[in-house]
Amino acid sequence: MTQITTSRRSFLKTGAVASGGLMLGVHLPGTMGEAAAAGTLYTPNAWVHIADDNTITVLSARSEMGQGVYTSMPMLIAEELNVDIKQIKVAAAPPAAVYVNALLGAQITGGSTSVRDGWEKLRVAGAQVREMLLTAAAARWNVDKDTLKANKGVITGPGGRKATYGDLAEAASRMPVPEKPPIKDPKDFKIVGTRVKRVDTPAKVNGTAEFGIDVKLPGMVYATIVQCPVIGGKVKSFDAAKAKAVNGVLDVVQVNDGVAVVASNWWQAKKASELLSIQWDEGAGATLSDEGVISATRQAAATGKVLEITKPQGDVNAAFQSAAKVMQAEYVTPMQSHAPLEPMNFTAHVQGDKVLLIGPTQFQQGAQGAVAAALGAKPEDITLQTTFLGGGFGRRLELDFIVQAAQISKAVNKPVKLLWTREEDITHDFYRPAGVMQVKAGLDASGKPTAIHYKVASQSVTQRAFGLPKDTLDPFMAEAAVAGYNIANTKHDLVIHDTGVRVGYWRAVSHNMNAFANESFMDEMAKAAGKDPYQYRMDLLAGKPRFANVLKLAATKAGWGKPLANGHALGIALMEGYDTYMAQVAEVSLDASGEVKVHRVTVAADVGHMVNPDTVEAQIQSSVIFGMGAGLKHQITMNNGRVQQTNYNSFAPVRMYEAPKIDIVLVKSTEKPGGIGEPATAVVVPAIANAVAALTGKRVRRLPITANAIKQA
Amino acid sequence: MSVDFQINGKAAKANAETDTPLLWVIRDELGLTGTKFGCGAALCGACTVHVDGQPVRSCQTPLSTVSGKKVATVESLSSDNSHPLQAAWIKHEVPQCGYCQSGQLMSAAALLAKNKNPSDAEIDQAMSGNLCRCGTYGRIRAAIKDAAATMRKA
Repeated sequence: MTQITTSRRSFLKTGAVASGGLMLGVHLPGTMGEAAAAGTLYTPNAWVHIADDNTITVLSARSEMGQGVYTSMPMLIAEELNVDIKQIKVAAAPPAAVYVNALLGAQITGGSTSVRDGWEKLRVAGAQVREMLLTAAAARWNVDKDTLKANKGVITGPGGRKATYGDLAEAASRMPVPEKPPIKDPKDFKIVGTRVKRVDTPAKVNGTAEFGIDVKLPGMVYATIVQCPVIGGKVKSFDAAKAKAVNGVLDVVQVNDGVAVVASNWWQAKKASELLSIQWDEGAGATLSDEGVISATRQAAATGKVLEITKPQGDVNAAFQSAAKVMQAEYVTPMQSHAPLEPMNFTAHVQGDKVLLIGPTQFQQGAQGAVAAALGAKPEDITLQTTFLGGGFGRRLELDFIVQAAQISKAVNKPVKLLWTREEDITHDFYRPAGVMQVKAGLDASGKPTAIHYKVASQSVTQRAFGLPKDTLDPFMAEAAVAGYNIANTKHDLVIHDTGVRVGYWRAVSHNMNAFANESFMDEMAKAAGKDPYQYRMDLLAGKPRFANVLKLAATKAGWGKPLANGHALGIALMEGYDTYMAQVAEVSLDASGEVKVHRVTVAADVGHMVNPDTVEAQIQSSVIFGMGAGLKHQITMNNGRVQQTNYNSFAPVRMYEAPKIDIVLVKSTEKPGGIGEPATAVVVPAIANAVAALTGKRVRRLPITANAIKQA
Repeated sequence: MSVDFQINGKAAKANAETDTPLLWVIRDELGLTGTKFGCGAALCGACTVHVDGQPVRSCQTPLSTVSGKKVATVESLSSDNSHPLQAAWIKHEVPQCGYCQSGQLMSAAALLAKNKNPSDAEIDQAMSGNLCRCGTYGRIRAAIKDAAATMRKA
């Protein structure tokens, strides 16, 4: 772990300790700074700070957006440090190279990677500190290190010798960082794998958890923004006279994306923003419509450059020639908005060359870099503190609102909290791109598939966000395109088409499109073959034990094949994503108006090693509900480049009365950890689609599956 | 012109313009930030508070209408998480991102104030105005029942 050693130095140089990580929103900010000033805080490495009074602070390099990382990340460190999680305080890590997510190449929270990235790294980090404490104690007592034990924040040794981690922290922090400290065999885990209570829950039930919207700086003013109704459009001119006349309004500022009103409280800014008169240059986006986007994507599927998702197997064309039956279908997934419940916001204070940023982000270094570029500042002059995120889902990977806050602060020369309205949020998202998926299969005389040609056409978020070169395979678009079934002849193609929509990563990204198409089509083939959809799948899973196991577990738990209530039907779906294997069974009926009612969703998941099984269950529950909304209820449509949904009525997430019972079976596994923040989002949709088809005989191939869509199918 | 009312049992005086939604008075003037802004249109319930014991969406409640009334926010439940709902929320690990939970708790508190043994349908009825984008609904249901049982024993 030379990387840790090197980065430790750079970490210490950043002065991040003195600037203080934001401590859990329980009014601890400053604690670390004060401790450091008093010379009592020691930083054996970038992850663990120990104070003289034995207060142990663990830094989470991942943002807490609900997925439980402020608990799971420290659990991995605590396991090796041999301390109870209750002895630990958690703080958000500042931007620094040492905190880069190795799976994503940047300090990013996303892609269901936190545990996968941290699994070994954080245990090593905890073990390093433990070993440094032991070495320090051995030196102090002049005894053999092997005679010492580190447990519950105390080092004990022969002859009743005893010292707290805090007593030894100063000496330990001067010890060399061991590169390869011994770490536990998973069978010896005491913390990892147990249902540890989340550290952030207490603050989230009494109003003290600090989200971005709650940040307050001395002398801070409040801003809101009006952006061009067509994303990408620019301000041509504006008249702010009426807005400026509103009581409390301090300034009206043009920034890249629109016009911001700054006032002494947010409501005044919001009221005044409605009085702005702005002339827009709407730009190229003004011609966009959702139907146009989908038909252009379909056209690209026919004529665009084909990229191979994986090496073709066998010869699909020959297999189609010799097949007893050839069938094909096209599936369409619409655009979606993230719409996290906390509207976009950030607090910025630009003071000369120095910039302070505080707020909710999934991408610390991106924020630093984007603000530096926008203001002509140096990244190292930009301090960033991450608050709790009121939901992320991919929206807070984007940096637009952070740059805006910094630009406004610079313009008014004051600390500014920028807060968008919900309407700005839904109409100015980075949308999940639409997808057109075409599948063709050859079936033998028994109905078994001998060949699959799969083609997905969609837009690349990675091109927009990270400059992936044109005509290059975007791995995020290939997710779950290749299903787990044994089929002799296969070809998987991707066509990337830029529709002009501003697209973003949306929870589970392209698993959503590809699993919907693959798993819907699997049921269509089973139906053509006259086979039970569960058995049809199982017959294609020889030698695929993790797939077969979750499929069987979900079917058994759901009572597959057993009688159901009148008017109910089951649907099943299977997927691997983020190294997690998952099957779901949905039980549905139609209500009086013909809308789908989901009664129960049964989930079997093999996520490999789990850090916190309760969090794993919570993420599955969360993803099922999140995916259901996209499967049944909401979508983003556009007319003349204007997004037509504006709030939670026209973009309507699942509500409590619609929430199904969710049964979960978790596989005990010693495989390497998989991600769990997202995959269930993608699996629930085809499970529901298949249940609806089983119930009604109608196959809806374009989401969402509304009463109207079923009628027209 | 100022408006006098009670907030969490204490007298309060707000100087904001009287058409200002109660939400912004609570958050920006009184500094109680537990109550959240989610939609500004009474669609999400994140801003739910009690006015004279009734759950209301504070984003749609002008300051002028609470003159002389008793307003209660999530901070009124308890600061030490001793309220049965808070205890149940912790026991069931309800919050994920947590942003909607103040509103969820206040809707639940209003429900249990008049019904100590709510059915699933009654819980759905009382809670369906509160969105949770993290989908914690199943745990909210379980926690409400748990808290109701505790309150029946008390």
